Amino acid sequence: MTNDKLNIIKNEWPLWEVFIRSKAGLDHKHAGSLHAPDAQMAIENARDVYTRRMEGVSIWVVESKHIQASDPGQSESMYDPASDKIYRHPTFYDLPDEVKYM
Amino acid sequence: MAVHSFQEHFDSLIDRDITIEPKDWMPDDYRKTLIRQISQHAHSEIVGMLPEGNWITRAPSLRRKAVLLAKVQDEAGHGLYLYSAAETLGITRDEMYNQLHSGKAKYSSIFNYPTLTWADMGAIGWLVDGAAIMNQVPLCRTSYGPYARAMVRVCKEESFHQRQGFEIMLTLAKGTEIQKKMAQDAFNRWWWPSIMMFGPPDAESPNTEQSVRWKIKRFTNDELRQKFVDVTVEQTKVLGLEMPDKDIKWNEARGHYDYGQINWEEFWNVVKGNGPCNKQRLDARRNAWDEGKWVRDAAMAHAEKRKARTAAVKAA
Ligand SMILES: [Fe+2]
Ligand SMILES: [Fe+2]
Repeated sequence: MTNDKLNIIKNEWPLWEVFIRSKAGLDHKHAGSLHAPDAQMAIENARDVYTRRMEGVSIWVVESKHIQASDPGQSESMYDPASDKIYRHPTFYDLPDEVKYM
Repeated sequence: MAVHSFQEHFDSLIDRDITIEPKDWMPDDYRKTLIRQISQHAHSEIVGMLPEGNWITRAPSLRRKAVLLAKVQDEAGHGLYLYSAAETLGITRDEMYNQLHSGKAKYSSIFNYPTLTWADMGAIGWLVDGAAIMNQVPLCRTSYGPYARAMVRVCKEESFHQRQGFEIMLTLAKGTEIQKKMAQDAFNRWWWPSIMMFGPPDAESPNTEQSVRWKIKRFTNDELRQKFVDVTVEQTKVLGLEMPDKDIKWNEARGHYDYGQINWEEFWNVVKGNGPCNKQRLDARRNAWDEGKWVRDAAMAHAEKRKARTAAVKAA
């Protein structure tokens, strides 16, 4: 069993993250992941798994191991500095009503 | 942070309905419960293809065949979405396949019943997918992000499954006397297993409370079962069929339909592996895996060849 298992794990195809552009003009958005032997087959599999109902016009795949992510434990030091800078938002500025289209 | 403050942070996220993501700290039991639930769910989608796959070549028209093929293909997709959601919790795909193929993992008992006539394709779509939808819609708001997102995708695709099943039932029910009989027979056979799909009664489902606390589950088994009974009784009237349960009766005080005693002994028997098709389903899964080995090997060899070719071109 153990030998069997090691054997299997060695054979598992790499994991890919799939990003799909739902229509021209929009960003690619993360759709999910899948296993495939290489990038080309990952795109082909992504077509079958994630776009059976015309959900996309373009597919990106990237091997999951290449994704670097921020650490959720550090969210405070990462994002809190922005929370007291409300002057970065247009609503911070009071303009007279006569000013239109600004 | 000390462990207890991790726990406090986690609890406060759950209380505030903030989704837990793969890299967030989570209690071991939350992780384990999710791995078990999501992988069982994935296995159910995969094994669930078998009873219907059985009828693809015998569908009565090209339209029905195309529809059934599309539905079964969707179920494969659902399995894949769910396996990858489970993988974000640290279990590998192969471990999950191993658990399924070794018989260690469970999947929904409903798929251990045989599909005897074409009407079963109607009954399955209508009742089995119907019950699954009832279960799955609240899971779109489950507390673990990758699971919730997979469920949103699944639910979007499920509604055609139930509709095509109902359409088959309706066509048969409005057809000849023999067709109507066939529809009723399928209904009779699938009704009880369908309402068992929601799992044991709340009083005998010890894990429910914790799952509700963690917001993995949003409703209890009995709540969902009642909802399903209520809508199905109304749909049965449209079909002009008889409810297979003679104890179905509107209860004014509760505002729900009462229903008869469920045979839980049968349920546990099937869970333990003694249903009519447990062995057949597992064998079919294992065969598909073993006989698909050459395809996996060929794909890998193809990938390696392609890589070598690209490298050669670059070197030249
Ligand atoms: Fe499904
Ligand atoms: Fe379905």
